[in-house]
Amino acid sequence: MSLTLFIEQILNGLQFGVMLFLMAAGLTLIFGVMGLINLAHGSLFMVGAFACATVAAATGSFWLGLVASLAAAAAAGALVEILVIRRLYERDHLDQVLATFALILIFSEGTRWVFGSFPLYLDIPQLLSGAVHLPGGAQYPIYRLAVIGVGIAVAIGLYLLIGKTRLGMRIRAGESDREMIGALGIDIGTLYTLVFALGAALAGLAGAMVGALQSVQVGMGEPVLILAFVVIVIGGIGSIKGALIGSILVGLTETLGRFLLPHFFGLFMPNSEAATIGAALASMLIYIVMALILAFRPQGLFAANA
Amino acid sequence: MTRETTISILIIAGLLAAAFIAQAMGETFYITLATRMAILGLAATGLNIALGLGGLVSFGHAAFFGIGGYAAGILATHAFNSEPLLLGLPGTNQMIVIWITGAIAAGLVAVLIGLISLRTSGVYFIMITLAFAQMIYYFAISWPAYGGEDGLSIYVRNAFPGMNTLAPMSFFLICFGLLALGLIVFAMLRDSRFGAALQAGRQNETRLAAVGIGPFRVRLTAFVISAMMTALAGALFADLNRFVSPSMFSWHMSGELIVLIILGGVGRLAGPLAGAIVYVLFEFALGGITEHWQFFLGLILLAVVLFARGGVMGLLAGRARHG
Amino acid sequence: MKKLIAASLFALSASVAGNAFAEPVKIGMITTLSGGGAGLGIDARDGFMLAIEQSGNKDIEIITEDDARKPELAVQIADKMIQSDKVDLMTGIIWSNLAMAVVPSATAQDVIYLSVNAGPSALAGAGCSPNYFNVAYQNDNFHEAMGEAANKDFKKTFIMAPNYPAGKDSLTGFKRFYKGELAGEVYTKLGQTDYAAEIAQIRASDADSVFIFLPGGMGVAFTKQYAQSGVDLPLMGPAFSFSQDVLPAIGDAALGVKNSASWAYDLDNEANKTFVEGFKEAYGRLPSVYAAQAYDTANLILSAAGKASVKDKDAFRAALKEADFDSVRGKFSFNSNNHPIQDFYVREVVKDGDTLTNKIVSTAFTDHQDAYAAECKM
Repeated sequence: MSLTLFIEQILNGLQFGVMLFLMAAGLTLIFGVMGLINLAHGSLFMVGAFACATVAAATGSFWLGLVASLAAAAAAGALVEILVIRRLYERDHLDQVLATFALILIFSEGTRWVFGSFPLYLDIPQLLSGAVHLPGGAQYPIYRLAVIGVGIAVAIGLYLLIGKTRLGMRIRAGESDREMIGALGIDIGTLYTLVFALGAALAGLAGAMVGALQSVQVGMGEPVLILAFVVIVIGGIGSIKGALIGSILVGLTETLGRFLLPHFFGLFMPNSEAATIGAALASMLIYIVMALILAFRPQGLFAANA
Repeated sequence: MTRETTISILIIAGLLAAAFIAQAMGETFYITLATRMAILGLAATGLNIALGLGGLVSFGHAAFFGIGGYAAGILATHAFNSEPLLLGLPGTNQMIVIWITGAIAAGLVAVLIGLISLRTSGVYFIMITLAFAQMIYYFAISWPAYGGEDGLSIYVRNAFPGMNTLAPMSFFLICFGLLALGLIVFAMLRDSRFGAALQAGRQNETRLAAVGIGPFRVRLTAFVISAMMTALAGALFADLNRFVSPSMFSWHMSGELIVLIILGGVGRLAGPLAGAIVYVLFEFALGGITEHWQFFLGLILLAVVLFARGGVMGLLAGRARHG
Repeated sequence: MKKLIAASLFALSASVAGNAFAEPVKIGMITTLSGGGAGLGIDARDGFMLAIEQSGNKDIEIITEDDARKPELAVQIADKMIQSDKVDLMTGIIWSNLAMAVVPSATAQDVIYLSVNAGPSALAGAGCSPNYFNVAYQNDNFHEAMGEAANKDFKKTFIMAPNYPAGKDSLTGFKRFYKGELAGEVYTKLGQTDYAAEIAQIRASDADSVFIFLPGGMGVAFTKQYAQSGVDLPLMGPAFSFSQDVLPAIGDAALGVKNSASWAYDLDNEANKTFVEGFKEAYGRLPSVYAAQAYDTANLILSAAGKASVKDKDAFRAALKEADFDSVRGKFSFNSNNHPIQDFYVREVVKDGDTLTNKIVSTAFTDHQDAYAAECKM
């Protein structure tokens, strides 16, 4: 195994983690501020991808598609918040799980109704296609580097938004004491809708960027959703910092596990068997990591309101 | 007799009557449908012990459902091929042995999962139970010995002393009998001192600790009993379909079990059964109307959460005594 | 789920005696019309219905239900079709795991099942049944064909499939006929959508070619990412990842990929021309291999129903086994285990005007049969 391969795999893990962060940031923000557990977050990811693919196909521009994905996911998020979600804030987690589970069914089957059952086409823009040479001789796709860049930019943006702006101050107030923001004369309803739409837009952005790398199809949000939940639980629910670190941890574990475990088993068994067992263990690995972390830190690594 | 008890008995008796009417009309398929309701009702009644009484929202009960199913599948396969299983022990096609094995296996796994998961609470608990179920799901898919994702066929339905289990009515009666037993266990637990402690822990943990009862042990016990009952239903489900596959472990299955409980009424005796009846009927009737039935199922579920709190039992028997 | 397709006007049968059957035929079709992979089921249903409509036969009633790709639901529907609708024949299942859930118990109840797509090895070997006819392929076949074809150009191939039974069967099938070395053998997670780690391993290996079996969305994702990676080793695989249902989603990244199948739309025979033209006219898109197999299945049923009454199971089974119909695949006959003996082709993804599609470039096998027939005792 060469060093360049190892570096490339680390980059892959990082890119995967950054993409998870876009999903997890919204989830954890929504939970932190409103105390809501939203299973339908994966559907907003799907909405972003479909919006991007549709607009890109109609206009020929990936960039317009990207804008459309942000707008469509934010709009869908705001709409869902106003129609459904705001009735759930006072309910227990059980009702939230069921209602958002129902939303998944509605979004998935509704999307199939409109777009049909065949996957849509979405390709990465010309500007970002192809691979570049990295120092040390490794080659790496430009687009994946761009995804890492966007992820870091979003992380910094969120940090500034929450730490330095008026909206961020209100969000922080909402996290620590829900009654207080009412007392401060802030319109809680609008704040909640805004936060939900922001989380939705991040999910939509992730959907569009990932959609260009994979298949834009109904149900594409579900595997990502579960991973994003793993991330926020590991990181500590409600904590953006936890989401970032959790994402990178899950991204690296998943990628390196897939790559190293078969090699490891190959040391003492035939290749074909090692590949099977290694792959099986790799697919369970992040859940094992999560169980271990929670066994020792039941509130995750960076619990926000422990 | 309270209104709730009357309605519960009516629902349970209604299922039995429906099966007999279907039998009289020669509509075997409706017996199969009733059997499905009974089995899903039992699985959800199991979950109702943890979720309804203990407030433990387990999003991973599919793990136990699947373990029960695989116990049936694996034991039956070994019996069918006359291969010894472990340490020279043979497989079996006797349902009773299968049920006990499945329940014990699920109970042991539940102890392990519970020991770790019950240290957490709230969303963490929901997600860590989900994570354990996913672990088992991926294991089942990639473990080649018992079919992996292709699953495992049970070529002949397993046997029960004195009954021809292949006859739909006999098999329904077996499932119904176990469902009745499960409901009795649920009612006894609910009204026992143990049940009181469990429900007290859901409402106020500190008060419980103050009277000197450790909520952890109470919850762990409830979680294990709950898992064993769901596993029993899983074994029946395998025999109903004559087939098991990793999809029994999927998170959709866990979600469906929760749906059944909320649809019927959380913590209510006949809630999960009522939920199972309504859900299976929805699935069957909506599927007959449109290809996009899942869309309407979603709308109905949403309406139930938003506007019909307390589910079917809430509508029929009024709000539950406890919040 | 349950949708009666109106091919059932019994009253007319007397007047069109020319194509009336001795006994009306009732067919239960269970296929995937919603959820992941619905595209395959829709294609299969449409292909099947096209053949029935083209025949103009009114003695056939078809009950179509959606299994949503859930084995439990498929079993429930099968119970209903057998117990309540009392169907004579069943067909339509796309996936091996659903077939394994439904077929053994259906055939044990003396219902004849005809497979339009899945062909698990368990049902081809020791688990074969006189009531089970596979009109599509045995699961290993496409992979075997690609392994054989790869011998011509390649010496060292990197092979990859998801970690589940069909994935393992795939790589086993490929290796059964491939004589070169393996540069790597990798199993991925089922449903995985990001292949960066695997592509990096391909890049680091000294392979001269890559073979993948990644059906549906997995194949779309891999092919797009592969095209962007800068690795330009030739890519090949079975038709499942490069079929007409997913090609538009992959786009130009699929151009030049070699894939193996028993059918392509440019296969030169009369039946195929009628099929392709009819399909385009009826549904406004190009047919996939799933549609072709289902079309053949319907025509096989029509041919047998013309010869024997479906109530006389022995005679009907014998009539099916003759395979006396014009297959869109050209030559077609049944082996001793009721699985096809047919030719397999290597196709290449090309651009025909603006549409991506597959054209045949060579023949991998002539009269190929599966590896399990000898284990079948019936």
